[in-house]
Amino acid sequence: MADGQYILEMNGISKRFPGVLALDDVTVKVRPGTVHALMGENGAGKSTLMKCLFGIYSVDQGEIILDGKSIVLADSRQALDLGISMIHQELLSVPCRSVLENLWLGRFPTVGFGPFKFVNHRRMAADTRKLFAELRMTIDPKRWVRDLSVSQAQSIEIAKAVSYNAKVIIMDEPTSSLTEHEVSHLFEIIRRLRDQGVAIIYISHKLEEILAISDEVSIMRDGRSVGTYPAKELTTDLIINRMVGRDLTNRFPPRSNVPGEVVMRVENFTSAERKSFRDVSFDLRKGEILGVGGLVGARRTELLESIFGLRPVESGVIRINGKQERIGNPIRAKRLKLALLTEERRATGIIPMLSVKDNMLIANRQKYVRFGLLSERLGSVDAQRSIDMLRVKTPSEKTPIRDLSGGNQQKVLFAKWLLTDPDILILDEPTRGIDVGAKFEIYTIIADLAQRGKSIIMISSEMPELLGMSDRIMVMCEGRMTGILDGSSATQEKIMTLATQFM
Amino acid sequence: MSILNRVQDEGNNRSKQLSDFLLKYAIYIVFVLLVAVISFKEPEFLSIENFRNILSMSSTRIIIALGVGGILITGGTDLSAGRQVGLAAVVSASMLQQLDYARRMYPNLQLLPIWVPIVIAMIVCACIGLFNGFVVAILKVPPFIATLGTWLAVYGINSMYFDRPPYGAQPIGGLDQRFTNLGSGYIGRDSVYSIPYIVLIAIAAAIIVWVLYNKTVFGKNLYAIGGNPVAAKVSGVNVTKNLIFIYCFAGLLYGLAGCLEAARTGGATNNYGNMYELDAIAACVVGGVSTSGGIGTVPGMLIGVLIFSVINYGLTFIGMSPYLQLVVKGAIILAAVAIDIRKYLTKK
Repeated sequence: MADGQYILEMNGISKRFPGVLALDDVTVKVRPGTVHALMGENGAGKSTLMKCLFGIYSVDQGEIILDGKSIVLADSRQALDLGISMIHQELLSVPCRSVLENLWLGRFPTVGFGPFKFVNHRRMAADTRKLFAELRMTIDPKRWVRDLSVSQAQSIEIAKAVSYNAKVIIMDEPTSSLTEHEVSHLFEIIRRLRDQGVAIIYISHKLEEILAISDEVSIMRDGRSVGTYPAKELTTDLIINRMVGRDLTNRFPPRSNVPGEVVMRVENFTSAERKSFRDVSFDLRKGEILGVGGLVGARRTELLESIFGLRPVESGVIRINGKQERIGNPIRAKRLKLALLTEERRATGIIPMLSVKDNMLIANRQKYVRFGLLSERLGSVDAQRSIDMLRVKTPSEKTPIRDLSGGNQQKVLFAKWLLTDPDILILDEPTRGIDVGAKFEIYTIIADLAQRGKSIIMISSEMPELLGMSDRIMVMCEGRMTGILDGSSATQEKIMTLATQFM
Repeated sequence: MSILNRVQDEGNNRSKQLSDFLLKYAIYIVFVLLVAVISFKEPEFLSIENFRNILSMSSTRIIIALGVGGILITGGTDLSAGRQVGLAAVVSASMLQQLDYARRMYPNLQLLPIWVPIVIAMIVCACIGLFNGFVVAILKVPPFIATLGTWLAVYGINSMYFDRPPYGAQPIGGLDQRFTNLGSGYIGRDSVYSIPYIVLIAIAAAIIVWVLYNKTVFGKNLYAIGGNPVAAKVSGVNVTKNLIFIYCFAGLLYGLAGCLEAARTGGATNNYGNMYELDAIAACVVGGVSTSGGIGTVPGMLIGVLIFSVINYGLTFIGMSPYLQLVVKGAIILAAVAIDIRKYLTKK
């Protein structure tokens, strides 16, 4: 080791994506045999930084030094060979194959020579036994990965990382779907690895967990590093403060909406899915923007998609204008004048190969039927009016929507729902992946809708957006509602405290 | 920018335009080349009579392709199409044999109005389509497997119907003249300058289907479901209902095609329609319908079928071995799709 102190140094890393500077001169240094926590709000750049370290993204500027040597990573294979392993947030495995095959996938030991190579099952089994013994794991290597519990699948991933003789193991939100007991088992494994001299970079939102497991904590904010602190010197309040401590600039349009009477009341809503939201109650007023805050995994999307009838509900009541309603499917939701802008614009929002016009009219086709046939002319009138009103930048209404920028695609989806004349709009991360200029336009549309008496529920993981746009802010943590704050008196610290209440 | 650079840029632009053009019209270029080669070898190929023959040969295939095409647009597929055609042919033929024909399947059956058996055959196929739709949309079985199942079952059912007393399994012949006339008759003075009825029926079917796919809520929903089923569902489209309907509607078309096939050839056996589904899928794909859904037009389906008919007819006309013809057709399918996919790959 060059200076004998750090196993890994990331010096002055910058990474630019079209429209955003995702990482701006970030420096993180990790000592061998320590657990190094990486903290920050959603979108602070933690995952991007780790993807740079794991060779998934290339680095625009800056230097990665591993074991005293400067390295440039072309792909993850190279990172693995150099001793950097990553355990992903979503587990990447082949579900219908055995633990054994998943463990050694891409590097099966072989016997034979020349073109006559066969997988050496005996050696694979022996290596696996040795590895599992070392980690004190007791999973039967012949079982299918699909049949394992989440924590077992995760320990397989860890075993895989260890089997690469990793010097650095990145763990991205490893406990997000584990029970308390499983977490303590994971921590045992982590401590054992640490004692063997492995450095672990640990990404989590859970403050208590971070303080319990880590030796050092690096905090990031808005793509920059705030600093690295010994865990012993930190408290949850200090971490929150350093994670959010930024000034709010004037990035939001003025609002003049006045919330009126209650239009929708949700009572004791509980999901039928395992580990999702439970017992959530809130109400929504006419002309109100209700922000929904929380960390990744707070089950906000699940809650709102269940209200819209896309996911099964175990118990709970929805009243719309005082009348109890069973929604159950999006067709019924639409009839009750609800609208939903989903979180994953590309996966569940746009129909890529269809035109701007077709995407705009899909939720409202019946309106354009004359004598049993669709009138292209009536449709075009509405489409063109929407394009003008929302200032969608598109060569024409006939352009396939995939050719538009993210912000303009989002405007088309807004137009789609506005044409159904909804009373309640549910917006799930409406500005995700949209550049700053288009964001302001989206905010203006939202503010204008509220002004016109529409009620809006807006999930957002961006603090400034929540604070800048909401009349009230509902905060969720681990599937439960932890509080509703008044928009005018809410602060980032208050939201963060509620969002981490059960952690 | 230096002049040299600019010249280079313009050159790049022009070559890009050219390659875009080639990509867009590749299949037509291949088509024109084929026709050119065929007519060079056999100048008589370019005649009205051949043109008319190609059209009537294409008619039933067009009707089948229109049905399969709609299903492909939703991202599905239908392997049972050909067997449904066969079933419709047998059912309609069995009820339309001449009164004085010796081996009637139903010896005591009265003379029926010609439309009755046709409607019955179409309804039978619509029910099979309904079943396909149920298995795909409600049981969520992948369309390939679902229709593989009906493909086998329908052939079995057809064979049971076909192979029974008093005469057992033998071709159904002696068809009513009104019926055969529908398959081989024409409007016009003589057999050259005229339009066959089946061509008129295929044109009518194409117009109706074009209207259905382009001018109705149902049609627009087909494209949306094929393009992004989740987005369609979130937008309040009844995906289940629309899927069931398209399989059912395709069944109606196969039923019609089967009747015309029996009328055209003057008979039917349980092997009628064998492999027609693959011809229809190939024609759609060559005509630009995407097997992953969301893309496809009625004119494209028509052109796809016509291309195959021209190849079939033309290559036979110049005396090419039927085996070699298969190789040429296979190559055309692969080339068409490989080129078509380039269009979308370059856009990403």
